[in-house]
Amino acid sequence: MKPVNQALAAEFGLSADEYQRVLDIMGRTPSFTELGVFSVMWSEHCSYKSSRVWLKTLPTKAAWVIHGPGENAGVVDIGEGLAAIFKMESHNHPSFIEPYQGAATGVGGILRDVFTMGARPIANLNALRFGDPKLAKTKSVVDGCVRGIGGYGNCVGVPTVGGEVNFHPSYNGNPLVNAMTVGIADQDKIFLSAAAGIGNPVVYVGSKTGRDGIHGATMASTEFDADSESKRPTVQVGDPFVEKLLIEACLELMATDAIVAIQDMGAAGLTSSSVEMAGKGGVGIELILDDVPQREPNMSAYEMMLSESQERMLIVIDPAREDIARAIFDKWDLDFAVIGHITDTGRIVVKHKGVVEADIPLDPLAEQAPLYERPWVATPKPAPLGDVTDPVGIAPALLKLIGCPDLASRAWITDQYDSTVGGQTVKRPGAADAAVVRIEGRKRALAITTDCTPRYVQADPEMGGAQAVAETWRNITAVGALPLAITDNMNFGNPQKPEIMGQFVGAIKGMAAACIALDYPVVSGNVSLYNETEGKGILPTPAIGGLGVLEDAAHAVGLGLKPGLSLVLVGETQGELGQSLWLREILGREEGAPPPVDLAAERRNGDFVRGQILAGKVAACHDVADGGLLVAVAEMAMAGDVGATLTAAPSGVAAHAYWFGEDQARYVIATADAEALLAAATKAGVPAILLGHSGGSGLTLADGTTISVAELVRENARFFPEWMDVP
Amino acid sequence: MKAIVTVMLKNGVLDPQGKAIGHALGTLGFEGVGEVRVGKRIELELAETDPAAARRAAEEMGRKLLANMVIESFTVEIV
Amino acid sequence: MRAAIVVFPGINRERDMAIALERATGRKPRMIWHKETDLGGTDLVVLPGGFSYGDYLRCGAMASLSPVMTAVKAHAARGGYVLAVCNGFQIVTEAGLLPGALLRNAGLRFLSMDCHLRVERADTAFTGQYRKGQIFRAPMAHGDGNYTASPEDLDRLEGEGLVAFRYAEADGAISDKANRNGSARNIAGIFSPNLRVCGLMPHPENLVDPLMGGTDGKPLFDGLAAALAA
Repeated sequence: MKPVNQALAAEFGLSADEYQRVLDIMGRTPSFTELGVFSVMWSEHCSYKSSRVWLKTLPTKAAWVIHGPGENAGVVDIGEGLAAIFKMESHNHPSFIEPYQGAATGVGGILRDVFTMGARPIANLNALRFGDPKLAKTKSVVDGCVRGIGGYGNCVGVPTVGGEVNFHPSYNGNPLVNAMTVGIADQDKIFLSAAAGIGNPVVYVGSKTGRDGIHGATMASTEFDADSESKRPTVQVGDPFVEKLLIEACLELMATDAIVAIQDMGAAGLTSSSVEMAGKGGVGIELILDDVPQREPNMSAYEMMLSESQERMLIVIDPAREDIARAIFDKWDLDFAVIGHITDTGRIVVKHKGVVEADIPLDPLAEQAPLYERPWVATPKPAPLGDVTDPVGIAPALLKLIGCPDLASRAWITDQYDSTVGGQTVKRPGAADAAVVRIEGRKRALAITTDCTPRYVQADPEMGGAQAVAETWRNITAVGALPLAITDNMNFGNPQKPEIMGQFVGAIKGMAAACIALDYPVVSGNVSLYNETEGKGILPTPAIGGLGVLEDAAHAVGLGLKPGLSLVLVGETQGELGQSLWLREILGREEGAPPPVDLAAERRNGDFVRGQILAGKVAACHDVADGGLLVAVAEMAMAGDVGATLTAAPSGVAAHAYWFGEDQARYVIATADAEALLAAATKAGVPAILLGHSGGSGLTLADGTTISVAELVRENARFFPEWMDVP
Repeated sequence: MKAIVTVMLKNGVLDPQGKAIGHALGTLGFEGVGEVRVGKRIELELAETDPAAARRAAEEMGRKLLANMVIESFTVEIV
Repeated sequence: MRAAIVVFPGINRERDMAIALERATGRKPRMIWHKETDLGGTDLVVLPGGFSYGDYLRCGAMASLSPVMTAVKAHAARGGYVLAVCNGFQIVTEAGLLPGALLRNAGLRFLSMDCHLRVERADTAFTGQYRKGQIFRAPMAHGDGNYTASPEDLDRLEGEGLVAFRYAEADGAISDKANRNGSARNIAGIFSPNLRVCGLMPHPENLVDPLMGGTDGKPLFDGLAAALAA
C-alpha cells in the first residue's frame, strides 16, 4: 500500500488545501483507509462543494412538502394520507464508459433512493442526452443505454413510463443518463436515514461486496480524458433480480416497525451510508468489516469501505426485532449481517482483523467539508435573431422537423421498456404530455414528466433554467394534473471555469424564479459537474423532473386528436424563432435568444387550461414546445390518427414564424365547444384563438396543402429504426 | 476438480443471436464466415475427485437444469 | 372460483394478475410463495409474469424446479386448471407441462407494445367468453417470447386443436408483420391436451380496465370465473 502523503491525496482527488484540512482534523497523518473516506466524502459528487451555496437559493418549501432536499429523495403530500417520494439522479460518467451497465445501475441506484424511504416504486423515467447521431460511438451508446435501462427496469417490474431524448454534438464524449423514480408510501410510514439508539445493531443487507466501482464517486467528479476507457474495470455491474428481492424484503420489513433508520449504499458505498446515517443522527458508529458479506477473498478495509457494489442497504435495527428482520431476509435469500453498532462517540470507527483501520470524528468530516464559492461570469445575453426568411415553405419544413432526431418518434426506445407492469399506467409513453400512473386501489393518479431544452440554457442560462421548470409544469397541466414539486438534475461542465459556473448560477436563478412563480418547489436533486471531454463542455442541462396529482385518473386527457372537434390555441404567439428547431434543422443555425418565459402568463394560461380539462371541456391537449405550433398539431394528429384543417396565421406574424416559433406558455386544445372555451378564456384574460377543426385523414394547411397523417407518421417513425436496426 | 459444461442450441433451432453476429461480422469486412452459433459455457467447481464421477454429476446437472433438452444440447469437459 | 397465484422470486406481474382475477371473481386470489408445497384447495393456479430468478440461465428454468412446482404438476395431473402467462408460460414449458420452448425474440430486443391475438377456439374455460376467430388486443412485454417446438409437436398442436391464440394484425390477418417475436406459426398461446393448462406470452391481465386503455383481456378472466364457478 502506498504511503499516505499529499501526492497520494492528489491521486485521490483532494487538493493541497483539502489535504491540509484532513491533517488538521485528524491531528496526525490519516491512514490509507481514512484518506479514502475523506476523499469520497469530500468529492464533488458527495459533498456538492461547488454547487451547495447556489442550491441553497432554490425554494424548497410548500404546505405539501413533507421532506425537501437532504433526505434520500423528496417527499410530497398527495392527499388521502399518501406521499409521493421521488428523485432524479445522474449516471453520466459510468454510462459513457460502459453504456449498458452504467445506465442499468443508474436505474438501480435511483430506485433504492426511493424505496429506502418506504415507498413502493411505481414509475421510472429517464432524461437522456446523446451525441451526434452520425457517429458510430453515439449509436453504440444509445443502444447500450436503452438496453440497460430496459434490462434493469423491466426486470425489477417498475414501469418505465416517460422521459426525453435529445441529440447534440456537445454530448459526443459525455452522454447524460438521468434516471428518475417515483414511489408511493403512507405518510405515517416514511423512513429516514438518521441513526439513533446507542448500541443498536447496524445491519448490512443485499448483495455481497466486491471490488467493483471503487472510487466511482471521485471518477464522477473529474473530467474525462482519453484513458477513461481504461478505467473500465471499476464499473459496477447491476443485478436487477437482487434489487427486486431487496424491494420486496425491505417493504416487508418496513411493515414490522423493526427499522430505526435505513439508507442505501450508493456512491461511495459503505462509507457514505454509514457516515451520513451516524452524522444525521448525531451519534457515532462502529463497523467490524470482518462481518461484511464479501464476494471476493482478501479484500482490504479500504476496498470494502469504498466499494460501489450494487444492491446493498444499511439498516439500524431495533434489537428486539432483529430475529424478525433476519427471517424476512432469509425468506428472500438475501444476505443479512450485523456489521457494527451505534455508539455515542460521534466518531466512525472501522475495525478489520482486530486493527482499527479508521477512526474519524464525524462532525468535522461533515462540517469542515470544503465549500467553494467558485468565481463565475454571467453568460453574455445573446444577440437577437433578427428577421429570417423561409427558404423551403411550411409543409416541407414540417416533414423535415418531425423526422429530425430531436422530434422523431421515440417508439423504438419506449417499445423496449415495459410501461404497463403494475397495471396502473393510464397514459403510456407518447399518449400524453406527461405520463399518468394511477395509485393502486385508488382513483388518484400521478402525472410525471422530465424536461429541459439545453440549447435555450446554453444561449441564456437564466431563461433556459426558467423554461425547463415551466415546461414540466405545462406538461403536467396539459394532462389535467395539479403540479406539486420538482426534482432537479444539474448536468454542467467544469465548475472551475468561471463561464461554466456562470451557466450554473444563471440556470439556478431562472429555476428559482419559475419555482416561486408557479408554487412548485424543489424537493430533491442531484448535481453532476465536470461533464466535459477533452476540455469541451456539454450544453448546460438542468434536467427537471416534475410531479403532479390528479384526484381522479379518469380526468386525465391525452394528446391524440379525435374527429369532429375544434382546435383552440391558448397563449400568445409572437413567432420566436431564436434557438428554435426550425432555425437549426432548416437553416443550420443555432443562434438568437431563446423564447422569453413570462411566468405570470405561464401560470394564468396553465391554470385556465387545467380548469377547462377538469370541467370536462377538453378532449385532447398538447403543450407547444420543440418545433412550435404546427409540430404540436401534427403530433396530435399522429397520436389520434385523425387529420385537421388549419386556419391562416394572423396578420402581423410571418407564416413560418407563426407555425414554427417556439413561444412559451401555449397549449393546443381540442374541444367540442370552441365558442364556450374562447368565451371562458376571454373572461379569464387568457389569449386564445380558434386554430382549426379536426377530422379527415390529412393535415390541411391554410394554403390548401394537405399532408396525409399516414405520411406524417411515416416520416416521424423513420429515424430510429433506420439508424439503429441496420447492423 | 472443474467441469466445463458447454450448452448450445440444437442444430436446426434458429439462433437469432448467431445470425445477428454473423451479419455484423460481414458488415465489418470479415469474409468467409459461415454459420455463427452462440452458446453458454458454465464452469463448475466440484468437490468430487474422481473424473468419471464428476462427469456423471455434471451430465446430470446438464440434463436437469443447465440445458433445456427441448432446444439445447450440451457437452461436458472435466479439467 | 378459488384462484391462487404462485409467487416466485423475481416475479413482477402477480399484483396485476390479482387485480384482474379479483375484478372477475369478486374475491382476492391467494398468493402462494414458491417454497410452499401445498396449494390448498384451489380451482385455478396462475403462474404470472416477471423475471423469476432474473431470467438467469434460461427464462423459467430455475423456477420450474421450485418446490411448489411438484404441487402444480400434481394439480394439473388431477385435471386442475393452470393459467401461465409470460414468464409463467416459460416456466410451464421448462417444467414440461406444455410442449416447446420460448427463445429470444427474433429481433433480439425486448418488445413492449400492444399486440392483437386471434382466438383459435372458444370452447374452453379460458376462451369461453370470446368468439372463435375473434381478434383482441393485449399488451406484451417480453424479451424471450419466440415460441418454438419440434415440427412434430407443432403439427400435433395444430392437429389436436391445441393452439389457443395466434399473433394477428388488427384486421385478423395472420402475417409475419404481426408476429414480432418470430414465434413458430404465429403461436402466442397453447393448451394442454385436456384444455385445462393454458400458456401464453401476452398479458390479458393488463387490459381489464377502460382507464388503462381497454377491456380486451377481461373476457378471459370472466370466462374462467363462469366456467369454474363453485
